[in-house]
Amino acid sequence: MLKPRLIPVLLLKNGILVRSKTFSLHQHTGDPLGQVERYTSWKADELIYLDINRDDIHDFRQTMSVIGTTSSRRNMPATMTNDIIAIIRSISEKCRIPLTVGGKIRTIEDIRIRLANGADKVSINTQALLDPLFIEEGARAFGNQCIVVCVDVKRHENGAYEVYRRFGKEPTGLSAAAWCTEAERRGAGEILLQSIDRDGMGEGYDLALIREVSQSVAIPVIALGGVGRFEHFVEGLRAGASAVAAANIFHFSEQSIIKAKRSMRNAGIDMRL
Amino acid sequence: MPVSVAVIDSGIGNLTSVHNALRRFAVPVAVTKDPSAIAAASHLILPGVGSFGEGMKELGERGLLPILCEEVLIQKKQILGICLGMQLFATEGFEHGHHRGLGFIAGTVRKIETSASGLRLPHIGWNNVRVSDRHPLSRGLANEPIFYFVHSYCFVPEDRGIIAGACDYGEEIVAMVQRGNICGVQFHPEKSDADGMRIFENFLDFPSC
Repeated sequence: MLKPRLIPVLLLKNGILVRSKTFSLHQHTGDPLGQVERYTSWKADELIYLDINRDDIHDFRQTMSVIGTTSSRRNMPATMTNDIIAIIRSISEKCRIPLTVGGKIRTIEDIRIRLANGADKVSINTQALLDPLFIEEGARAFGNQCIVVCVDVKRHENGAYEVYRRFGKEPTGLSAAAWCTEAERRGAGEILLQSIDRDGMGEGYDLALIREVSQSVAIPVIALGGVGRFEHFVEGLRAGASAVAAANIFHFSEQSIIKAKRSMRNAGIDMRL
Repeated sequence: MPVSVAVIDSGIGNLTSVHNALRRFAVPVAVTKDPSAIAAASHLILPGVGSFGEGMKELGERGLLPILCEEVLIQKKQILGICLGMQLFATEGFEHGHHRGLGFIAGTVRKIETSASGLRLPHIGWNNVRVSDRHPLSRGLANEPIFYFVHSYCFVPEDRGIIAGACDYGEEIVAMVQRGNICGVQFHPEKSDADGMRIFENFLDFPSC
């Protein structure tokens, strides 16, 4: 039987990994390459790297002061460049599980160069909202399985779920279910469904959001945002997600993914171990 | 002939992932669409993602059909098709219309049937494969190895005897086939961690002609 997937999400900012809270606070956690082998050996089912760099200019002394302590000398060149393509290439050389890369993908060429450097899928977000035909063009050129549409959602007080773009800053007026249905119709292979309000809070997924979206589409939904305890993964799957993703919970503890999977197995879910 | 691998660049694969995986083995690997390089290699790999019709069109436009038929059917060179690469071995495919395949293994490619199961498509993720011990491709794999799949269409060969592995997704899905020098896997060994590496190891162990 198909196993539900557990997916660590790694946020890259200026060439280093960060943790995030409600899309705003970013704390450094290390270099992007060191985690690949560790997460693979801990039985991560996939890896998602999201480049959340917002400024094109960056002082590298800050980056170096962080990676200088966490990265081996051999890994330096890729991380030093702040070149997302070089980083993807280095990660993919070590990555024996599926690799999704997202962030600042605006053209077919942006997709092509990421795939050519070892990504298996790309996650697109704002550009798909600005130009929904981009989903169709990407799916036609590279296959639906390559195109993950990432959807950032905020819950309003009246319970309505609205899609936001540009790192969760700009409301779109679209409901989560309506946009995900459109993304599916235009050729998305998966939906990466992210709750802005839950990001980094550790209080669990927005289960009503997962339920609403996974009932509206027939493609797999990956839930993201809010996991603070392993039980939250189980809740996300029971709400209808095909895969459960998280970032912060995996960062600071040894064997975190294996431990999460064991706990999910104990809850009766058939995880790959 | 010493072992060397040509990964056929049909323009439709996650070629870099396949190349990265093969670099772990101490054999020369070239990603190529050059017929002479394909002829010079002892083992061929045909990766591929995307749709059946597009895949055949790309092979045709790159002028790769004659060399593939020569090397595989006449020279009996070892070939491993991955995902769409395996599906293209079929006689015909029914993805977005009706298309002729390479015809290396009699059979058809059709959409996975999910109307009864209600399961989602694509079939994405890790699934157990029941392997047949009669086929060398599955040598050394545990009882039910687990592999990473991404597909909505599946291969239905006429001769069930060539099925080297199968998994369940609402119906039985052919996961591995082997007929003489022709092997195929529906899953992605390059993305299936240790079990996937074993598939490459077995394939590279097959004697070159």
